[in-house]
Amino acid sequence: MRRIISVLMENEPGALSRVVGLFSQRGYNIESLTVAPTEDATLSRLTLTTIGDDHKIEQITKNLNKLIDVVKLVDLTEGSHIERELLLVKVRATGAQRDEVKRSVDIFRGQIVDVTSNMYTVQVSGTSEKLDAFLQALGEHTIMEVVRSGVSGIARGEKILSI
Amino acid sequence: MELLSGGDMLVRALQDEGVELIFGYPGGSALHIYDAIFRQKGIKHLLVRHEQGATHSADGYARATGKTGVVLVTSGPGATNAITGIATAYMDSIPMVVISGQVPSDKIGEDAFQETDMVGCSRPIVKHSFLVKKAEEIPEVVKKAFYIASTGRPGPVVIDIPKDVTNPVDRYPYAYPEKLRMRSYTPAGKGHTGQIRKAVALLLSAKRPVIYAGGGVVQGDGSELLTELAQRLNFPVTNTLMGLGAYPGTDKRFLGMLGMHGTFEANTAMHHADVILAVGARFDDRVTNTPNKFCPGAKVIHIDVDPASISKTITADVPIVGTVQSVLKEMLEMLKASKEMPDQSAIVDWWRQIDDWRERHGLYTAPRYRTDGDMLMPQEVISAVHQITNGDAYVTSDVGQHQMFAAQYYLFDKPRRWINSGGLGTMGFGLPAALGVKAAHPDAEVVCVTGEGSIQMCIQELSTATQYNLPVKILCLNNQALGMVKQWQEMQYEGRLSNSVYEESLPDFIKLAEAYGHLGMKIEHRDELHGKLAEAFAIKDRTVFIDVYVDPSEHVYPMQVMPNGSMRDMWLSKTERT
Repeated sequence: MRRIISVLMENEPGALSRVVGLFSQRGYNIESLTVAPTEDATLSRLTLTTIGDDHKIEQITKNLNKLIDVVKLVDLTEGSHIERELLLVKVRATGAQRDEVKRSVDIFRGQIVDVTSNMYTVQVSGTSEKLDAFLQALGEHTIMEVVRSGVSGIARGEKILSI
Repeated sequence: MELLSGGDMLVRALQDEGVELIFGYPGGSALHIYDAIFRQKGIKHLLVRHEQGATHSADGYARATGKTGVVLVTSGPGATNAITGIATAYMDSIPMVVISGQVPSDKIGEDAFQETDMVGCSRPIVKHSFLVKKAEEIPEVVKKAFYIASTGRPGPVVIDIPKDVTNPVDRYPYAYPEKLRMRSYTPAGKGHTGQIRKAVALLLSAKRPVIYAGGGVVQGDGSELLTELAQRLNFPVTNTLMGLGAYPGTDKRFLGMLGMHGTFEANTAMHHADVILAVGARFDDRVTNTPNKFCPGAKVIHIDVDPASISKTITADVPIVGTVQSVLKEMLEMLKASKEMPDQSAIVDWWRQIDDWRERHGLYTAPRYRTDGDMLMPQEVISAVHQITNGDAYVTSDVGQHQMFAAQYYLFDKPRRWINSGGLGTMGFGLPAALGVKAAHPDAEVVCVTGEGSIQMCIQELSTATQYNLPVKILCLNNQALGMVKQWQEMQYEGRLSNSVYEESLPDFIKLAEAYGHLGMKIEHRDELHGKLAEAFAIKDRTVFIDVYVDPSEHVYPMQVMPNGSMRDMWLSKTERT
């Protein structure tokens, strides 16, 4: 099962490599990973998605917690949550394609953020599933380059991850 | 406030931490630190002959004393040579602080002379590591390193210090922090009382219980409490390779070691148990054999200080996260308060069953090895050493058949006496570890049980023993082959001995020992065994290398059947299977 684990860790050199190292060392998968400092400059927040059964996820969270740099973590998929990923895609757009692509972008509530005579650069955000669906709707032949941010997430309601 | 250079600060911080002994080897990037060591009194530094030796010596010191072992090495090869010893300490959860010199900060990343990314190299095998950026950080980093290494589940911590940080010119105010607060590190303390209550109820309902105690009981100083608990309940106890000595080896409730080369009675009792109390043990693959066949009828109570060890390979029915000491203490208090006892007739029946297993194939009810041949058997050599040392020696070991024979036949009554590389299985561990133990306990008898293969992996440390007058006994069970490799090749590869024999290339160990200034002694025949051992062990002021020629064809039994075997599936001899 796919999980989103959000980790609050010391904003220290080497902290990220310890997290990434743990995954390769113990044979766990990382599907996506994002990391940035928080409003408290001494802390970073790292969000990763991984796939595994309950036993594996339990081991992952226990071993993450064991890392000295990790302050706190939460498996967002355990409760209701909001997840977002950002997609930037360069799409071939000439002639009739230009309108067609624009329509798809509107349907997915995306934005065209850059234009050339042959190409649109489109920005879409949402769940990973929505981004997959958008790329599928474009059709492979029009896609020139894709970049995705990896998943970020936050719990719904009053639950917060902070120290 | 006093002004100190980075190098002096480091040494002062180590003094303030109570460090008495450092094992190390100098080199370019560590020279400022070495100069600071030269200019101080208080900390003794032992110069080893190879950085691997330094880590194993510090490891042996830590295992024998419970204190944190300290290692000092230089950058590059100094640091990478220490890696094997760090991994050894990591696998066996040994508190250790390794300080490595690093190239100057402005050279890092430039492939400078003797540059290695030590923090990167050691990352998967340390509990934590620090790269010191400024001299002012040194006191706090040292304080944190010792705190992290020695608390919770202990482990090695690396402090990597670029050379410019320790330079003698720049001086900074020095104060050693009295307290530490780390928001991201809170080692487990007491266990959950509700869980302990559940565990006690399960123990009281047990009809076929086994206590399975590991290295955590030794490391966590829980032996006395464990012994009290087992004796109060009259439950049988088995120890892991790492846990030997956690429960008295000569007590009648002791079943011997369990696992791959565990006793018939320990493995069979585990398989048939209805309640297993696992204390400071981690259900290692060398213990459980095939996990889904492990102890089919047992409810498992698992006490460990590390939550990640619980339900990792075997699911615990009653998990308890906490220090072995605090949890066992609370368990005993509950048992005493309730005054209840398990069903005595069931426990008596269980002991009758166990005694029957002991009678049939137990290691301690009759010799389970040949004694009619001409050659000495390794088992009888270990038994003889046990007898001569009154079972009271510190025994370090290397890795292989000799290690298993020592584990089976030297019955340890006290914790911290059996010192071996259990998790990583590091050949070369025994001799430097013995020197570390001897440095900690100068008056104690220290024996390194080794083989002619393992001893050659760190034999250079014979020179360290000479320099610092650390007289240990080296008991080499010489079977003229890599015995355990050979055993597997004979059992699983139709006897094709691929690269496990030396073809007449073995050195004369007697002459070699003498070349280093030690005594050498050769034992080849049964009738000279006791006399010569007595002679060797009467010598207290010299290192004695005892080269004992043992039957090269002997295998270690019992041996669990692999793959796909359960705990109770064992080879009992070359021809006999359960």
